[in-house]
Formats: sequence, C-alpha cells, structure tokens
Amino acid sequence: MSIIKSIRLSHAYKRYDESGTEIVRNQVLDGVDIQIEEGQFVAILGHNGSGKSTFAKHLNALLQPDEGELYIDGMLTKDVEKLYRIRQNCGMVFQNPDNQIIGATVEEDVAFGPENLGLAAEDIVERVNDSIEKVNMEKFRFKSPNHLSGGQKQRVAIASALAMKPGCIVLDEPTAMLDPKGRRDVMEALRYLNHELGITIILITHHMIEAARADKIFVMNKGKVVMEDSPRHIFARVPELKELKLEVPQVTEIAYKLMRQGLFSRCDVLTVEEFAEEFERVMGQRL
Amino acid sequence: MLRDITLGQYYQSDSVIHKLDPRVKLFAVMMFVITLFTGNHYIHLAVAALLLLVLIFISGIPFSYIVRGLRFIAVLLIMSALCIVFFTRGRDLWSYGILHITYEGIQKAIFISIRLVLLILGSSLLTLTTTPGNLTDGMDKSLGFLEKIKIPVHDIAMMMSIALRFIPILMEETDKIMKAQTSRGADFESGGMIRRARALLPLLVPLFIAAFRRANDLATAMDARCYMGGTGRTKMRPLHYERRDYIAYLLIVLYVILMIGIRILMAIIG
Repeated sequence: MSIIKSIRLSHAYKRYDESGTEIVRNQVLDGVDIQIEEGQFVAILGHNGSGKSTFAKHLNALLQPDEGELYIDGMLTKDVEKLYRIRQNCGMVFQNPDNQIIGATVEEDVAFGPENLGLAAEDIVERVNDSIEKVNMEKFRFKSPNHLSGGQKQRVAIASALAMKPGCIVLDEPTAMLDPKGRRDVMEALRYLNHELGITIILITHHMIEAARADKIFVMNKGKVVMEDSPRHIFARVPELKELKLEVPQVTEIAYKLMRQGLFSRCDVLTVEEFAEEFERVMGQRL
Repeated sequence: MLRDITLGQYYQSDSVIHKLDPRVKLFAVMMFVITLFTGNHYIHLAVAALLLLVLIFISGIPFSYIVRGLRFIAVLLIMSALCIVFFTRGRDLWSYGILHITYEGIQKAIFISIRLVLLILGSSLLTLTTTPGNLTDGMDKSLGFLEKIKIPVHDIAMMMSIALRFIPILMEETDKIMKAQTSRGADFESGGMIRRARALLPLLVPLFIAAFRRANDLATAMDARCYMGGTGRTKMRPLHYERRDYIAYLLIVLYVILMIGIRILMAIIG
C-alpha cells in the first residue's frame, strides 16, 4: 500500500468581499494525482506558485481539499477523527528555521511533539535522546536555538519531526535560507533517515541538485503534476524544464549544450563523475 | 543596546537556588513582595535586604551583574521618588512657589525607593535563577486551580514562554530593519524626543508585519506537531518536590512569621 495517495486533489484560495461574494479565486491545486511508496525519497519540484507548498500542507491535514481525496497511510485526511494520527504519521519541516522552533532549548523543542501526544515522561526522554542523536545534535542539547546556525536549527526541526515517530517527513524548502554548509548537513541527515531508518522523505524544493539523488521526482506547474519520473529521465528533458523556469544542475546543462553541438549522445548526467565518464567515452571514440 | 538588559535574563549556575522547584521560588517571591509592602518599619527592610543578600550569595550570581539590571529602571525610581518628595505634605524644609520639599516627603521617598529596589532585586533573582521553561511550568502547575474559574492558565503560560523565546529574535529583526533604514538615510539618533519617537514609527510597521507572519508560521508548526491545548498534554520533566523544596517552604514560612513578629513587637513598643 502506498504511504501517500492523492486522487484528483484540488484546492483553491478564495477571497470574499463583505457581502460574501467571491472576488478572487486562485486555483492552487488542480487535480493532483500523486502516489508515493513507503521508504522512497521523493522530490517535488516547481517554481514559485506551482502549488507545491500547498500540497505539502495537505499532507499534514493542515489544509483540506475542495475536491478529491488524499490518503496518508490509508487514512483519509478529511476524517477529523484521524487528524491526530495523520499529523503524527506525517512530520513537517518548514522553510524558516526560526518560525518553527517552539522550545527554549533544543531538548524542549524536540520534546514538544511527544508531550502533545500525552506520552509518559520516560518515553518522551527516550524519544528525545533518540531523535537528537540521529541528527547529530547531542552537543547542543541544552543550548538555546537562538545560538545555533541555520543548518543546525533545521536539524533540530527534523529531530522534532522525528520524535513523533512518523512514517514520512515532508520538508517544504528546508534549505532555502541556509548557507552551503548547512544545506549539505541537512541533506545528509535526510539521506541517513531514508537509508538507515526507512523513513519516507518528501522533499519540496527548487534546487535541482538536491532532487538529483531522489528515487523519484514530481514536477509541478500551475497546480498540476506535469512530469513524474526518475531524476535521470526528468533531467534528460532539459528544454521542457527550462520552459517551466526550472534550473537544471550545471553538469546537466553543459551536457545538454554539448549534445546540441552533436558531441554528446545524451544529457542525463547528474554528477561531475558521470560527466567525466561520458566525456572520456566520447573523446575515446573521437581519437 | 537592548541586548544588555540583564533584568530577567537567566544566569546559568549550579546553586541550590537554581535547583529549587519553580513553584517554591514563585511562592517565595510572592511572600517577599507581600512582606515588603506590609512592613512599615526600617527593620522590615533591613531583614528583607539581609535575606536578599544571603540568597544572592548562595545563588552564585555576581552582585554587580544583578545590580546592573537596576540601571534600566533608575529613571522610574528617580521619577517616583521625586513625585513623593514634592507631593507629601508636612514640615517644610524648603519651598519655592507651589513647590514644597518636606521632611516627611524625603523620609517617605527614601523608604519607598528602598522598598522598590528590594522588590526588583528579589523578583529578578527569580528570573535569573529559573529558566523560562521552568518558570512557565511552575506557573502552569501552581496556578492550575484557576482553570476552575475559567482562567486559561495553560494558554497564558504557553504564550509567555513563546514570547520569551521570540524576544531575542524580534530584537535582531529590529536591529536589521533599523540598519536597513539607516542605510537609506533614516535618522534615529538626532532631534528631540518627539522627532525621535516619530522616526520609530516607520520601524514599527515592518516589525509588526514580520511578527504577525512569524506568529502565523509558528501556529502552523504547532498544529503540525499535534498541539491541541493543555488537555492531555504531558511533560518530559514533570515537576516534583524534593526534600530541599520542603525545607525551603519551611524557611519561607519562618521568614513571614518573623516579619509579622517584628510588626507586632513594633506596635507594642510604640
């Protein structure tokens, strides 16, 4: 069974004037069909306003669909009775690290979720120990979040989601406000959670490089899923991506240009190593 | 500038006072304040001051650090003292037109100023030795009975702890906006009081907008982590009394009895 399954999911932001007539209607999600299997590392790409963040909020039942259905681990998000379990099952990490840390210390923040679940004190301590250790933040356990760097704060946010023992974690542009080092640390933590603990990761981003190592990519545009494939296949479609105002990784871009010159036979190279290999092969043929 | 307010900032140390249950400390401060305001003789103030000195010594917080916090309310203290000096009737020491300085006025001003200083030092000792989280926990738990008369104690405690968490963030934000505006020619430093206050207005608007946006984000993040108010919520480190807490309660009660005793004694002597 898929951990996430959305069927023709639609959502519109509406604004009404004083008399209650609709004056603005913005169709953010327009019949989204997405299916994500347990244990996958999935990236959702799209430029600003493509509906990807709205979709993320649906996954945690923070928003309810106007039409269509969304199942998280077999639970319908519309079902108010299941709200608690859905939120527990689907952790969220947002873009701004400062605006999602509630506790006055790292430890307090990680404990916030389990405390809301009404667990016994010993269980909470165990979960907190466990989660902090998994994101490698033991050193900062009693520190105030105000003294941490952006990347460290985001790792605290990930630990806080982890403390709920979720099946999947949804990250809405978690690296957008970070420096390269913080970005790397966060991505590393995510890969660890996915590989070692089998947690499904749904990474919403517009950084192509981050998406390159995902199992699967969904590309969204104007509230619709327009592409759905493995990174290799997606990145082979450079012109289409450009039309959607998405930047492809630098090596892919160069490979694409070389392919247009007739030098390369393919442009679906994702890393520098792959590029070097292809380059050598091509050069070998020429000589 | 805003950063060096020591008033109420937690000071980490390993003293007995730091380790006491926050409920004990809250009770102690309450009793301290009550005895200060019911005490009507210098002996009361002397006993209270002595107690405070001992407590500060035990807490291991440098005396100068605590006193530095007073700087920020010095203006308030001077203002209140001046009011008392000028508006108390009695034997004139000096007068000019409608202004009178009386012997009683000076006496009263000194008495009340000492009282206020002790009050502020006493309550800042509470916040200096208690983490915000612990403090709100203590309030949540010791005032929990108020929930019965529909006072949302848990929500107030939660709001307080969030406010405390966001103070440094908003200060940083203020600093950033100020620098951004200064770089584009805004002037926060020259001019009289009114001009300066006016210059702050364009600062407040973006600050408020940013604060509301943060509040919205934070509420979403709390929702996402299953926050549904105080009911059914547990604690990672639930408060529980230890022997030292009972001893502290006993000492507080003894102190109150002592203060009442002094008062009775004074009344008998005349």
